[in-house]
Amino acid sequence: MLSNLNFRATVLSLVMLVVFLGVWQLATAPEVIAPQQGELSEYEQLMGGGADRSSSSGIPAPTQVFSHAFGELSNPFYDAGPNDKGIGIQLAYSIYRVLLGFALAALIAIPLGFVIGMSPLLNKAFDPYIQILKPISPLAWMPLALFVIRDSNMSAIFVIFICSIWPMLVNTAYGVASVRNDWLNVAKTHQLSNLRTAFTVILPAAAPTILTGMRISIGIAWLVIVAAEMLVGGTGIGYYIWNEWNNLDLASVIFAIIMIGIVGFLLDASLAQATKFVRYAD
Amino acid sequence: MSKGFLEIENLSQRFPQPDSSDLMTVFEGVDVTINKGEFVCLIGHSGCGKSTILNVLAGLATPTDGNVIMDNKEITGPSLDQGVIFQNHSLLPWLSARDNVMFAVRARWPNWSKAKRLEHAERYLHMVGLDHAMDRKPAQLSGGMRQRVGIARAFAIEPKLLLMDEPFGALDALTRGVIQEELLKIWSETHQTVFMITHDVDEAILLADRVLLMTNGPHAQVAESVKIDIPRPRERATLHQNDAYYPIRNHLVDFLVNGAKEMSAKAQAAAARGDNPRHSPRIVNPAKPEASPEPGPRMVRAV
Ligand SMILES: Nc1ncnc2c1ncn2[C@@H]1O[C@H](COP(=O)(O)OP(=O)(O)O)[C@@H](O)[C@H]1O
Ligand SMILES: [Mg+2]
Repeated sequence: MLSNLNFRATVLSLVMLVVFLGVWQLATAPEVIAPQQGELSEYEQLMGGGADRSSSSGIPAPTQVFSHAFGELSNPFYDAGPNDKGIGIQLAYSIYRVLLGFALAALIAIPLGFVIGMSPLLNKAFDPYIQILKPISPLAWMPLALFVIRDSNMSAIFVIFICSIWPMLVNTAYGVASVRNDWLNVAKTHQLSNLRTAFTVILPAAAPTILTGMRISIGIAWLVIVAAEMLVGGTGIGYYIWNEWNNLDLASVIFAIIMIGIVGFLLDASLAQATKFVRYAD
Repeated sequence: MSKGFLEIENLSQRFPQPDSSDLMTVFEGVDVTINKGEFVCLIGHSGCGKSTILNVLAGLATPTDGNVIMDNKEITGPSLDQGVIFQNHSLLPWLSARDNVMFAVRARWPNWSKAKRLEHAERYLHMVGLDHAMDRKPAQLSGGMRQRVGIARAFAIEPKLLLMDEPFGALDALTRGVIQEELLKIWSETHQTVFMITHDVDEAILLADRVLLMTNGPHAQVAESVKIDIPRPRERATLHQNDAYYPIRNHLVDFLVNGAKEMSAKAQAAAARGDNPRHSPRIVNPAKPEASPEPGPRMVRAV
């Protein structure tokens, strides 16, 4: 029954993909609008689109994107100067920034969230700051970060750090604060030390909530890194997109958009996998 | 005066009330002695303060007045000397049945080798008939099996005092019967001192050496200590054939239906007069009428 459902869902997904690609292909095919094979339109000539000659709207057809993607992916790590690096290198820069900023945030948010969650006093005292800092767009920190840190790469990492910290902090504090009293009583009646209670009772009890926070954080971090790299420039997938836009290479832009989606999905999926290990049925 | 193993002395508990500046007195002046190896049940109406007393014995709550002395030491907080079985099993859901018991064994004997801990934990799981389910998580166990793991965990740490708060209250009657017998078996092997709250009169008669009866709150008192004069080993199926069974049962039910309320009114009147509330339970043996001529409520306020 379930496998039958999965099978049908897969078929439906594939149908949607084919329809979407078909419509895209037709919409971008020159024949549809002007059947002028063999000659370049004036617009195409203006756009310098000799290479993109099958495109009438300036949007590349899916076949072009795929052949471009194939070219890029067959040599993802080439490095031909600051403005010409393989997609693999650019993604690696972005992933490195995201993971570093995220890890630094986790290093602070999880222990701090633990302490806040355990203490109703700290919970109340921290709350107004968290509530005000949380809704600030991480990019709003960018000028301040650039001024204080004076390093564009570190500023991008800082922006990731600041946007990752809140979901982890809030979720950890919430998870720790809502550990069932019964389980804390079990720790008490077994005379566990505070440290042992934290590690053998509170941490496993709150782990699913903490990991949910981490999952939200990494999702936001991956959203933010693209914008941050567009601002600071130099390297990274965000810079790559901006650069290709300036080159009017839309096939590269679309290819990069798809790659961002895939990497974001993989980051999320790996944390979803980790959540499975700590989840428990109550 | 000979000191018992567990001495509850002049225990009172008052809580602040939401809509009044006066404190609400849940119970007061409770004096109870429990001997080593005794199985004592506490019965009373809902809300009279049974759990509150148990939490004080567990060290999880601090009484307003009075104190509890166990084995010549005052109970000031929770410890491994007091094992607790709560109504809602309170197993750690991310650990298997075996690991839940191991968790307790490790807390009790941190220096034991892993093999020894394992052997000990499995022995107690075996005693409650869970050999086949040791690897399962609590969510994969039935309510009765979970409560058995709770029993194994509590017995495994070999506490000086075992506390149970309506441990079978959430179970269906059939399961309850089976687990009561398992509890009797494990208790007869270990001879723990047990203090158990129940609302089931038959359960109390089956298990207990003595049943403490509590009047209704506020100003609840432990009014009577009823001896269950039925020889062991006891079995559920044949329990009612004992001559003592019906006199005891009638006495307990009569107390719950009539006595608890009437005595509670007297206690409240006495509290209003400002009498000293300290009291010891009246000792009753319904099976031996000469000790207590008429089974049934007697308006005796023991002082
Ligand atoms: N922490 C508390 N604060 C205020 N009132 C409480 C608290 N704990 C228990 N009570 C009150 O004390 C009374 C006795 O409660 P409890 O011991 O749970 O009763 P029982 O277990 O006999 O049903 C109840 O009226 C309850 O509302
Ligand atoms: Mg209760």
